[in-house]
Amino acid sequence: MLTISNLSVTFTQYDQGLRRKQLTVITDLDLTVQPGEVVAVVGASGSGKSLLAHAILGILPDNAQVSGTMEFHGERLTPKRCKALRGKDIALIPQSIGYLDPLMTVGRQVQRVGQLNGLSAPAARRLRDRTFTRYDLPPTASRHYPFQLSGGMARRVLVSTAVMTQAHLLIADEPTPGLHPDVVTETLNHLRELAQEGRGVILITHDIEAALQVADRVAVFYAGTTVEIADVQDFAGGNLRHPYTQALWRSLPQNDFVPVPGNQPSPENLPRGCLYGDRCSWVTEACREARPPSQFIRQGWVRCIHAER
Amino acid sequence: MLNGEGLWFRYGAKLPWVVRDRTLSIAPGEVIGLMAPSGHGKTTLGKLLAGYLTPTQGQITLDDQLLPSQGYCPVQLVFQNPELSVNPRWRIDQILREGYVPRPHYLKALGIHPGWMTRYPHELSGGELQRVAIARILNPNTRYLIADEMTAMLDANTQALIWQVVLDFARDHNMGLMVISHDKSLLGQLCQGQVIPC
Repeated sequence: MLTISNLSVTFTQYDQGLRRKQLTVITDLDLTVQPGEVVAVVGASGSGKSLLAHAILGILPDNAQVSGTMEFHGERLTPKRCKALRGKDIALIPQSIGYLDPLMTVGRQVQRVGQLNGLSAPAARRLRDRTFTRYDLPPTASRHYPFQLSGGMARRVLVSTAVMTQAHLLIADEPTPGLHPDVVTETLNHLRELAQEGRGVILITHDIEAALQVADRVAVFYAGTTVEIADVQDFAGGNLRHPYTQALWRSLPQNDFVPVPGNQPSPENLPRGCLYGDRCSWVTEACREARPPSQFIRQGWVRCIHAER
Repeated sequence: MLNGEGLWFRYGAKLPWVVRDRTLSIAPGEVIGLMAPSGHGKTTLGKLLAGYLTPTQGQITLDDQLLPSQGYCPVQLVFQNPELSVNPRWRIDQILREGYVPRPHYLKALGIHPGWMTRYPHELSGGELQRVAIARILNPNTRYLIADEMTAMLDANTQALIWQVVLDFARDHNMGLMVISHDKSLLGQLCQGQVIPC
């Protein structure tokens, strides 16, 4: 349904006076999403997760140059097409209630999504009431303003906004941090249900455990590139291919809790070779020469020339 | 020893009690975990212990003295979201020096880039800013640290990295730690079984 290949995003910034500098924030990024599938995008902050969502929705700022291809239902996503599709065929489940209008009751806001998608006002209201019932929101919730909702209720309202559309692709941006484990499980189950209805879901998160609970496949981002796309079973099954993914798995508190020292490279001076080269224990001269291409190894995609060992 | 004796707290005279009759203590060098569902007053308890709020009844003492009301507080609190604990109009370098000049060794261990110093808080990501908030409290004046979901918004590798630095510091300086978290396995790693339900 969605195919992204070799996506790169570069920002042009004015440095001093008229001198400009280029910041490459996404480099050679690949991702595919099939109908009925939950794909988790996992990575540290600054690895380009949210920018990917912005690129798919066509809401990158004007100083961004995009190269590579994005296809949705077999057709290229041009800025014009993005604009026509967003909120209708591609919908975002935002991170927090900060994305809602603070001066409008949530009932009216959710109803408005239906009307923008072509429903009449009474039909949109009925669909909203059905959606709220489906997510166990009390009828009084409609009359609340966003700030009056608890964390768990706010999540259910945000999911409702996306369910009001007929969107084939849903992008959920960091839906879980700081929530109680029960609410996390509930939110993730909602995403799973939406996939079972035949929609494609992209779950953007820094939380591997949440990703493993619900996703079919996991794309691991590092410094703006996809280092690995693995099946969920590969994590516990010890079938991980990239040294960064392995390190991330080991650093979980229920595993070894041992971190890899260092930082992601800064977008101002990316290395010529592998982006993980300076922190990798497998690094060789060849890694520093050129960026590793994406290879299909043991049923998964990986950008590492040593992944077969 | 940091002691909370018979603590009661509510946000208004007619509102329900958020903290009811709690007594707890943290010894120097000790790591205690605190785990409970949302709405059970974990964050409020943290704020009471760090002197952000005054208990309605009961008192907080540090080595049998009340917490100082001026100057650097020996009990420091780090929240989940760093955006609200830094001055948005200060540059990073000034924020880091607010209480004490941090040792370069800790800046390096936390992965704080020298290039960040001239930036403003909104020019760093949440994870980067959280490292700054933590670097700021790693100094000998801090005797107790209350970590309220301190690493909930960070990826697993950064979380492990930050805890390694904080635990090393706690060991070297005999700092007491209270870790508030939803993450059972994280508390298991940090507290060696000393987890109290709230």
